[in-house]
Amino acid sequence: MAEASGETTSGGFDAVVVGAGPAGSAAALVLARAGRSVCLLERGPFPGSKNMYGGVVYGRVLDAILPRWWEEAPIQRWVTRRSTVIMTSTQSVSVDVRSQRWGQPPYNGATALRPEFDSWLAGQAVAAGATLVCSTTATGLLREGGRVIGVSTDRPQGDIGAAVVIACDGVNSFLAKEAGLHHHSEAAHFTLGAKEVLDLGRTEIERRFGLVGREGADLEIVGCTGDIPGGGFLYTNLDSVAVGVVLSVEGLADTHVRPEQVIAELKAHPHIAPLVAGGELKEYSAHLIPEGGYAMMPDLVADGMLVAGDAAATCLAAGLWLEGVNYAIASGAAAGTTVADALAVGDVTARGLAPYVRRLQEGFVLPNLRRLRRVPDLLLSDRMQSLYPAIVCNVAEGMFTVTDPVPKPGLLRLARRELTTAGVRLRDAGRDAWTAVRSFG
Amino acid sequence: MATVDFRVGERAHITVQSDVCRSCTTKACVTACPADLFTPTADGGILFNYERCFECGTCYLVCNNQGAITWTYPDGGHGVVFHRS
Repeated sequence: MAEASGETTSGGFDAVVVGAGPAGSAAALVLARAGRSVCLLERGPFPGSKNMYGGVVYGRVLDAILPRWWEEAPIQRWVTRRSTVIMTSTQSVSVDVRSQRWGQPPYNGATALRPEFDSWLAGQAVAAGATLVCSTTATGLLREGGRVIGVSTDRPQGDIGAAVVIACDGVNSFLAKEAGLHHHSEAAHFTLGAKEVLDLGRTEIERRFGLVGREGADLEIVGCTGDIPGGGFLYTNLDSVAVGVVLSVEGLADTHVRPEQVIAELKAHPHIAPLVAGGELKEYSAHLIPEGGYAMMPDLVADGMLVAGDAAATCLAAGLWLEGVNYAIASGAAAGTTVADALAVGDVTARGLAPYVRRLQEGFVLPNLRRLRRVPDLLLSDRMQSLYPAIVCNVAEGMFTVTDPVPKPGLLRLARRELTTAGVRLRDAGRDAWTAVRSFG
Repeated sequence: MATVDFRVGERAHITVQSDVCRSCTTKACVTACPADLFTPTADGGILFNYERCFECGTCYLVCNNQGAITWTYPDGGHGVVFHRS
C-alpha cells in the first residue's frame, strides 16, 4: 500500500478520483492540468457506461474549462425550444419558449447521450495527463488514523494510495457514506428516473417538434404521474426521443405501481401520444436522482477527502430548472482546484480542503441549490401534484371556452371557482405562490 | 436492446435473504424495481435475479426490512453497460 504525505506520494497518486462521470472527469482534468498525478477510477468498462439521465447538458460551465467545447463535444441536438407542461389526464397547459439564440454558439442546453458525452469529457482529462482506470470498483476507503489515504478496489493487490480521495461515485455514493458524511440518505430524498428511448428518425422528429437541422426540443411535465409524486419529460435526441418519468421512491413503494406503467400512461396522454407514435423502442433504463437537493447534501469535506457531483447531491431538481451535469462538472472542477492548492501547501486535512465549500459558494452551485431548496417539497406536494394541475387546466380551459349566451366569467371568477372546487385554501395557495416567488423570482 | 448490455458477473452483486422477506407485508421491491427483478415466491419469500439489474438502488431504499437486501456494485467491468443512453 502506498503511503501518502501532504505532497506527492511515492508509488501512489496525488489524488484518486472515484467515478469518471462529469464530476470525476472535471476534477481529474483540473488536477492533471495543475501537474498533479491523478487516477480517475471507473467501475464500468468505459466512462458513462453506468450513467443515464433524461436529459439536457447545460454547457456554460465548460466555457472556462474547454473553450469552444461545442465544436467537439458529442451532442445530439441543441435545445432551442423548451416547454413546461402541466397536465391532467385529458388536458394540458404548456408554456413553450423558443429562442433561435439557443441554436447558435455559445448555445445553451443540449441533449447528449451520457456514454458518449462522459467518455468525451474523461478523454479530455486523459489528454491532460490523468490516468484512467476502468472496470475497477472502489470497495472502500483506506485510512491512517482518521485520515483518508486512498481507496481499496476489487483488483488483486488493488489498493490505490493517494494524498486525497475525491468521491464522485454517484447518487448511491458508498464512499461518502463510509466516511460518515451522509446524514440525509432517507428514501424521501430520492426519485427514480425511468425512461424509454424511441427511434423516430431525424426527419420525423424535426417535423413533429417543429425543428430545423440540429435544433432540439425539451418538454418537462407535471401532473402526469397519477398517484405517485413526480413528473415527466420528453427530450429529442438526433433521431430518437427520450420519454420518461421521475417518481418519488416512497410514492412508488406505497402505490405498488410499476414505473413502466407510468411511462405507458404518459405516452398515451393526448399531448404526448402524437409526438411518440410509431417510435421503435430502443432502450429502457433507470437511475436514481438525488431530488432533495440542498436539504440532503452531505458534509463535503473530510481529512483527505472531498465529495462532488451526485455523490454530493448537487443535482438541481427544481421543477422549472432541471440541471445536474453542469453542477457535477462545476463541483468536480472546484474539488480539483481545491486539491491542487492544498497539495501545493502540503495540507490535505479537512481544514486544508475547506476552501472547497467556499468555492462552491462563490460560483453558482451552492447559491442556486440554496435558493431553490424549498422547491423539491413544493413540487412533490399533494397540491402541486393533484390539485394545481386540475385548477390551472380548468381555468385555462374556462378562459377559452365560449359560453354564449352566458357572458364570459373572467379569470378571477374562474380561479376562485376552481380553488373552491379543489378545496384549496387561499392561504395555502398564497404560501405556495410565495415559495415560488422566493425560489424563482 | 442494442443500447443496454449486461455483462453478467460471477458474483451476484445484490443478494436477498428470502426468509427475512417472509415477514414483509409490503414487498414494495416487487413493483418498485424498474428492471422487474423481484418475484414473490409461493412460500411468501422473494426470488431475486441480479443479471439484468440497472444498479439504480431503488430496492435498498424501499426495502423496509433491514438486512433483507445486501447491495453492492458489481465487480469492475460487469453489470449494466449503457452504450448510448
